[in-house]
Amino acid sequence: MARLLYELTESFRIAFAQIRANKMRSALTALGVIIGIVAVTLMGTAIRGIDIGFERSLAMLGDDVLYVQKWPWGNVEDWWNYQNRPPLLIEQCEALNRVIASTPNSLLEVAVPMAQRGSAVKVGENQVSGIAIFGTTADYSRLMSVDFQEGRFFNETESTAGRQVCVLGGDVGEALFPGRSALDQTVLIKGQPFTVIGVLAKQGSFLGLFSFDAQVLMPINAFRKYYGIRNGGTSLRVKVTDKTRLIEASDELIGAMRRVRSQLPGERDNFSINQQQAFKEQLDPVKSGIALAGLFITGLSLFVGAIGIMNITFVSVKERTKEIGTRKALGARRRTILLQFLIEAVSICLIGGLIGLSFTYAVCLFLEHYVPSLPVEFSANLVVVSMGVSVATGILSGFMPAWGASRLDPVVALRYE
Amino acid sequence: MSNSLAPDFTGRITRPAGPIVIDIAGVTKLYKMGEEIIHALRGVSVEIRRNEYLAIMGPSGSGKSTLMNMLGCLDTPTAGRYEFTGKNVAHMEDDELADIRNREIGFVFQTFNLLPRSTALANVELPLIYAGLPPSVRRERATQALQSVGLGERMLHKPNELSGGQRQRVAIARALVNNPSIILADEPTGNLDSKTGVEIMALFEQLYELGNTIIVVTHEEDIARHARRIVRLRDGLIESDGPAL
Repeated sequence: MARLLYELTESFRIAFAQIRANKMRSALTALGVIIGIVAVTLMGTAIRGIDIGFERSLAMLGDDVLYVQKWPWGNVEDWWNYQNRPPLLIEQCEALNRVIASTPNSLLEVAVPMAQRGSAVKVGENQVSGIAIFGTTADYSRLMSVDFQEGRFFNETESTAGRQVCVLGGDVGEALFPGRSALDQTVLIKGQPFTVIGVLAKQGSFLGLFSFDAQVLMPINAFRKYYGIRNGGTSLRVKVTDKTRLIEASDELIGAMRRVRSQLPGERDNFSINQQQAFKEQLDPVKSGIALAGLFITGLSLFVGAIGIMNITFVSVKERTKEIGTRKALGARRRTILLQFLIEAVSICLIGGLIGLSFTYAVCLFLEHYVPSLPVEFSANLVVVSMGVSVATGILSGFMPAWGASRLDPVVALRYE
Repeated sequence: MSNSLAPDFTGRITRPAGPIVIDIAGVTKLYKMGEEIIHALRGVSVEIRRNEYLAIMGPSGSGKSTLMNMLGCLDTPTAGRYEFTGKNVAHMEDDELADIRNREIGFVFQTFNLLPRSTALANVELPLIYAGLPPSVRRERATQALQSVGLGERMLHKPNELSGGQRQRVAIARALVNNPSIILADEPTGNLDSKTGVEIMALFEQLYELGNTIIVVTHEEDIARHARRIVRLRDGLIESDGPAL
């Protein structure tokens, strides 16, 4: 064991001396590995970033919230079966809440209606458009997964009375009132004055598709006055009491909704219960598809790098045949020669891997700083894995030539010119 | 230098031979060259004792190189007996042979065979690395060896900064450094001018007088004459074996 350690250290010294002696060649060989490792690790960070962005987005939906909607999330083939479903109405939400209240040990806590419309919001000459206006009740504050930057949510009284108050999403608040407080200011929505009572903290965009910060929340009774409640434009959100029992809660909700809608036994549900899990199921195969394809393509570039290493090790063995003969004559064993060349290959790979990894790290820092919306994640895991991959590349590509070197007949090797 | 030894009629000191180091009996070696089988050695028997200074001579094709490879444990015989300090090496595996070469044999090559990018010191340390010695011991012993061949001042020079004679001295220091049982020199002056060749042979003489066992393989009569005993090969057989005159 001590002997092996001794040989390893000596082999490393020899390897580094060789690499120093052949700077240009080593650098060019390492370049192949560098490119390979950069490609693979960048892909790794991207995949990890997608994962994280995905999870962050799902968290915005709330992991303890069930969505009652006309349409299920995800693709449906038989769209006509959903098209004619009855719309979700505020009255049904109230009825649902009564059912929840009358159910002992209900897994459901509260249901809120969500009516949605796109609109512009104005302050004097300042206008932001494409804002999602939501009408809801005061209970919404119980299932919000976002904090307030300032102010508060509207209360029961404001909600029922349909007072003209509103809560702004983070981006809306910043755009309309840059650098100052929005509280108690008046904004115009559909020409009507609304008093700002709260601004939400920023939470970013959902899967990069739409921003949760470009929204305005108002009492549904105020919303109804100016927008009306259009068919299908409303959905319900239901908070569950225990998010570990989401499936049971979902079953209870189906039963409760059927009661609210007086559906007959045997009749198909005329609503859909959606939850973030559905998104996960939809997107997971896509995610792993991207990961697999990405790693395969980038893996190819690493493979090319590995062939470069193998080639250079073959050349190195050929070139130093006489040296191998001399070393053997002086008492080098097969294992010693094998280790010498193997470690040379591994060292080049390791150095290449380290350089590649630092490059990836720099790219990640750059992206984090300048393109924060692009999710990248540089993890300790990545360091360990990519170093492992580098070493494995070195061993796999260096083994054949190193093995050949170790088996050389010293008589033949010494005679080689 | 021991004064108890009487110089022979040429004025040289011949040390009394010690115990047997190499014992070869009936050794043959066959090579296949394509379809043809070449009998490089056809039954060679020779005994070499400690403190001998021996030259192996013969024209090319006489089997001299094959015998040298055999003596140097670089190659094993097809048939016959080979005992090295009592150990049977005829059927040893590669790695066992490597250990014998490392501990018992010091090689000096015609083309020096130094590692071009390593200093003289690093070159001399090489056998000690394979012997598994710690760096401080290596350094000390390599330094001593280089000083003993008169290169104490040039230890940190690389081979291309040294003259041919100096390179061969480095190689000799490398051969000496592990205190081997024999020093095996293959045409040690073949790549040197005659003046430098004489210097190198003087160094061998000195090493012999210090108690080393030296085997020189050569085809030059002048070089062989430095030895005390000459073994002549022809066509894979020993033609003559006797004291050098």
